Parts: sequence; structure tokens; C-alpha cells
Amino acid sequence: MALEAVHMPAADATSASPRAPRPVTTESPLVKWLLTAVALAFLAFFLFLPLVAVFAEAFRNGLDAYFAALVEPDALAAIWLTLIVAAISVPLNLVFGLAAAWAIAKHDFKGKSLLLTLIDLPFSVSPVIAGLVFVLLFGAQGYLQPLVAWTGIKIVFAIPGIVLATVFVTLPFVARELIPLMQEQGTGDEEAAVSLGANGWQTFWRVTLPNVKWALLYGVLLCNARAMGEFGAVSVISGKIRGFTNTMPLQIEILYNEYAFSAAFAVSTLLAGLAFVTLGIKAVLEARYAGDIAATGRGRH
Amino acid sequence: MDISVRHLAKEFDGFRALHDVSLDIRSGELIALLGPSGSGKTTLLRLIAGLEFPSAGTIRFGQEDASLKSVQERNVGFVFQHYALFKHMSVADNIGFGLSVRPRATRPSRAEIRRRAAELLDLVQLPGLGERYPAQLSGGQRQRVALARALAIEPRVLLLDEPFGALDAKVRRELRRWLRELHDRTGHTTVFVTHDQDEALELADRVVVMSQGRIEQVGSAADIHDRPASPFVFSFVGSSNILPVEVRGGEIAYRGTVLGRTEDADGPRSLFVRPYDLELVSDGAPGIGGTVSLARRSGGSRIIEIETPDDGRIELELPAEAPGSVGDRIAVRPRRWHLFEAAASRADAPVTGG
Repeated sequence: MALEAVHMPAADATSASPRAPRPVTTESPLVKWLLTAVALAFLAFFLFLPLVAVFAEAFRNGLDAYFAALVEPDALAAIWLTLIVAAISVPLNLVFGLAAAWAIAKHDFKGKSLLLTLIDLPFSVSPVIAGLVFVLLFGAQGYLQPLVAWTGIKIVFAIPGIVLATVFVTLPFVARELIPLMQEQGTGDEEAAVSLGANGWQTFWRVTLPNVKWALLYGVLLCNARAMGEFGAVSVISGKIRGFTNTMPLQIEILYNEYAFSAAFAVSTLLAGLAFVTLGIKAVLEARYAGDIAATGRGRH
Repeated sequence: MDISVRHLAKEFDGFRALHDVSLDIRSGELIALLGPSGSGKTTLLRLIAGLEFPSAGTIRFGQEDASLKSVQERNVGFVFQHYALFKHMSVADNIGFGLSVRPRATRPSRAEIRRRAAELLDLVQLPGLGERYPAQLSGGQRQRVALARALAIEPRVLLLDEPFGALDAKVRRELRRWLRELHDRTGHTTVFVTHDQDEALELADRVVVMSQGRIEQVGSAADIHDRPASPFVFSFVGSSNILPVEVRGGEIAYRGTVLGRTEDADGPRSLFVRPYDLELVSDGAPGIGGTVSLARRSGGSRIIEIETPDDGRIELELPAEAPGSVGDRIAVRPRRWHLFEAAASRADAPVTGG
């Protein structure tokens, strides 16, 4: 019996079916190659080619022209404004996302599913409409115009409006990242902390926050990338005043429309560079964050 | 610390998890809350801890009414079913957590906290593992760390929710013995929740058997085994056979066969008997006759199932060398039993044995 069993594979190999047995979930080499090639071709056409074009166009007139385009006052103002808007809207969404995720994952209340749906609303609404909403609210004939008149803070065609539109568009990023993780973690760790005498504040800083820090960073990163890159909502509410209310994406469009291709692409390389940095940090975070999830130890027994 | 629970009730969104429960726990006692899932045992434990608040009733710690005190004020050590160790903290930091969150006035120094953590690691027999992280420990080790963390705050009572539920059988038995020793050494009033009757009966000074949000019986392992207060208790702590019998003039009769005598008044009853409390009777002697429908070996004994003429099934546990194979006709008689009201008149009587 044993001898027979040992000789079986050899006999099989020389017989009518010469194929080596393959793991059931593996395809033939041809299929593997084909699928890989399709994926690569797709990526090359939609990602790699455009990126190469951006950088090629940006440097077409040489390095000097490239840097000149970046330090041009309107471009500098746009870069500065983009940074300011991101610096205000990302922390706002961080706080909102954390609060919303905490409320949804750790508590039961009426209207919870409605809140969940509402958080996703900015994903499903066109950004142009998001911009328009704020124009309608705070514009000359807007519902909240009296408030604007009373406080004297200009909103439409000014930084506050741009920040509002950006916050709206990037609202879901942090919350969406945190909710599934916090739901999976449950309230066990928090209960343990309070049973050991910790108050609410200590529990949040020493238990809840460390448990979600990687997911939180990841959400902030995505939120930031979108905040800096947002075009539609911001273009409606900013009024595109050069040097004052133009963010980087708007500046790129204006330059392009004025046939200043090289300058437009030079500013574009900054946004593309931001994308690379985001991707890089994201890859690092994902490696960390995956390990973190595995280390939760829940449901492993 | 004595704990006295009076008329405690808890409702969750219209669902009553606990009905009017009263219980006295003596200082230094090791007590088990035993029951199937949904019996309210974990709810009772969490109410004592202050992780939930009662809908009605009071909980007193010694002389002090703790019913409305927060979990922080109650100073209890709680060990969670899945340990709930803080995974981003080392074992030593986990154990020291309770001391490090104290207000500045009563907080020990950093060095003192580290010393206490090391001491507790010795107590739970994990010396030198302070720098490890929870993910690097086995289930049994995590359980011990969770216990050390709960003990670090010098709790007035120690509460454990299914402490061995997530461990394999061998580790469970070891930890069970170890917990008993630890309890005897430290003398904490300890309450633990379990659904495993062996664990409860072996480990605890007293066992509280619960079902459907009520306490069925409180007593020692011997009380629960020998004097079960209800059919539920009898059925929950071991396999059982239930026979419909008739009591007349002090005699217990099953389909006309007299099985024994009782002091009970006349009327229909349910006779509860353990598989190992049945014996084979020789030909001709009075007994319950039936055909062997199943015979298998289990450890040092034989399990035989017989089918009675009225389609009932009776399970017997006999010595390994006992006769009887499938198809044989045999007769059995109970050696020891418990009589309860007939099943029809008791809504909560169990339907099946085992």
C-alpha cells in the first residue's frame, strides 16, 4: 500500500494528464498574466500617464520658469490660502469626527441611524451644491444674511465661506474611518478603565484615544488631502478673487484658462506631490494600523 | 465587606433582566452566580459593580448604601470576560493603571506604582513579565494580568465575569484551583459569574443558581446537589431523567409499578432521577422495563438509553462492565430521586432532561 502510494504521482505525471495539481484558488499562468496586464495597462493609462504629463509640462520651460511660477505672488497667495483652509477645516472635522464616532459607536440613542446617514450626505451630494448652499445661506439675499450683517464677518467670497464649504465636503472622512473600528472595539476597555477609578477625561485620553490613534491619523490624512484638493464647492463660494480667495486648485484652473500652461502645471505638481506624500504616509499607517487591529486580541479565542 | 442586595430589579428597554432579587454575601466569601445565558447573572454582577444602575431595589456595601454610587466610588475590582486589557500599555502599566489615575493627593509615586505592579505580578505567578504587551501573552496569562490589575486598586470586593470562559479545558482547571488558593490567601469577598456548574460547585463556598432573572436557590455545593429547590436547579446541575409518577398512600407508582415510598400527599408528581442513580433490577423484581436503544462508552462508565413502552427515554450511567446491548430488554429502578410537582402544574419545569 505504502509503496503504491509513493509511486502514484510519478505514474500520474507520465499518464494522459501531465498537469501538476494546482491549489484550487490559483488560475493558470495565462489567466494570471492577462489579469495582471489588464490591471497594469489600466493604471498606466489613468494614473501614470497623466502624472508624467503634469511633470513634463511643468518643467517644459526649464527649472527657472518652474520656480518662478511658484513664487509668483498670486500663486504664493493661493498656496498660503490652501494651507490656512486645511489648517482650520481639518481640526474641525477631527473634533466632529471623533465626537460623532464616539456617540455612534459607544452609545445608543434615538436617531442614531439617521445621524449615520447624514454623516455620509456630503459624499452623495455634488460639491457644487455644497458650495451653493452656503452662498444661499450667507449671500446677499441669504437666510442668515442678518447674522452676517450683525457680526460684520464676511462669509461668501471670503475665507470663512471657503472653510465652511471645505468642512462640509470633508465631513465624513474622520468619522467614517473611526466608526467601524470603535464599534468593533466596543465599550469593554472603557468599562475596565472606569472600574479602575478613571474619570471620563482620563478614560478618553488614556484608553479611547490610544485605541483609535492610527485610524484617526489615517482619517485626518484623507481629510487633509481632500481639503487641499477640493475644487467644486470652493469655486462656487470663493468668487475666485486672485490673490485673495483663490486656493491652489482654483489658481490652477485660472492659469490654465489663461493659457499659462507651464505655470498651471507647476502649481499642479504641488498638489500631485501632496498626493504622493499622502500615499506614502498612508502606506506606513496602514502597516501600523493593520498590526494594531490584529493586536486587539478580541474575538481571537 | 458584606454585600447585601435587596429587591433588585433591572429593566432594559422594556425587557426585565432581573426580577426582585435579594441576596446576602458575607465578608470574605467566594460566591458563584450560576445560570444559563439570559438568566440575569451577569446583570446582577454588573449592578453590584456599578456598571449598570438598578431600576428598583438597593445594594449595600457593609452599612453604606451603594445603589446610586458610581463605579469609581464603589472601589470594586472587576475582571471582564475578555479581560479588556489595554493593548497599547505594557503589562506593568496595565496593572498600575488604577493607581496612576488617582487624584494627585492619593496617587503613589511612579516608582511606588512600578513596585506594586511587580509585587502583583509575583502574586499572580507571572514574575518579570511587566514589560510585555497583552498581545504577547497567552489567554491564561492575560486572565491573570486582568486579575492583578483589578487587585491593584485594593478593591473592597472582587467581581469576575465568566473568568475562565475563553480558556481551554486544561488551563481552566488549573486557573480554577489557583483562584481558590489566591482567594484563601487574600481573603477578598469574591463574586464570579459562570454557566459551568462544575466550576461553580467546585470553586465556590456558596452557589447562587439563577434562571430567567430570578434566584432559584442559594446554597453550598452539597445543598444544590442533594436538596435542589426546584426542577430547574436539579436539571441544570447535571443530567436528569423525568418520569411522570403518581403518589398514592405513600407509594410512588410509575405505570402501576411501585418504585419507592414518600411522605408526600397523594397526587401526580414528576420524579427526577440522575442517570447514575438508576440501577438494573434482576428478572421479576419491580422496575421500569424498556428496550435498550443506545449504548456507548463514556470514560469509566457506560451510558445506556432505554425506550419505555410509553415512548419515554431513560438514560442510565452504569459501570463499564454492566451488561446490556442495543435491542435487549432490561428493567431499572431509581436508588435516589427527587419528587416535584407534576410538570403540567409548573410553568417553569424543564421539558427535557440532560
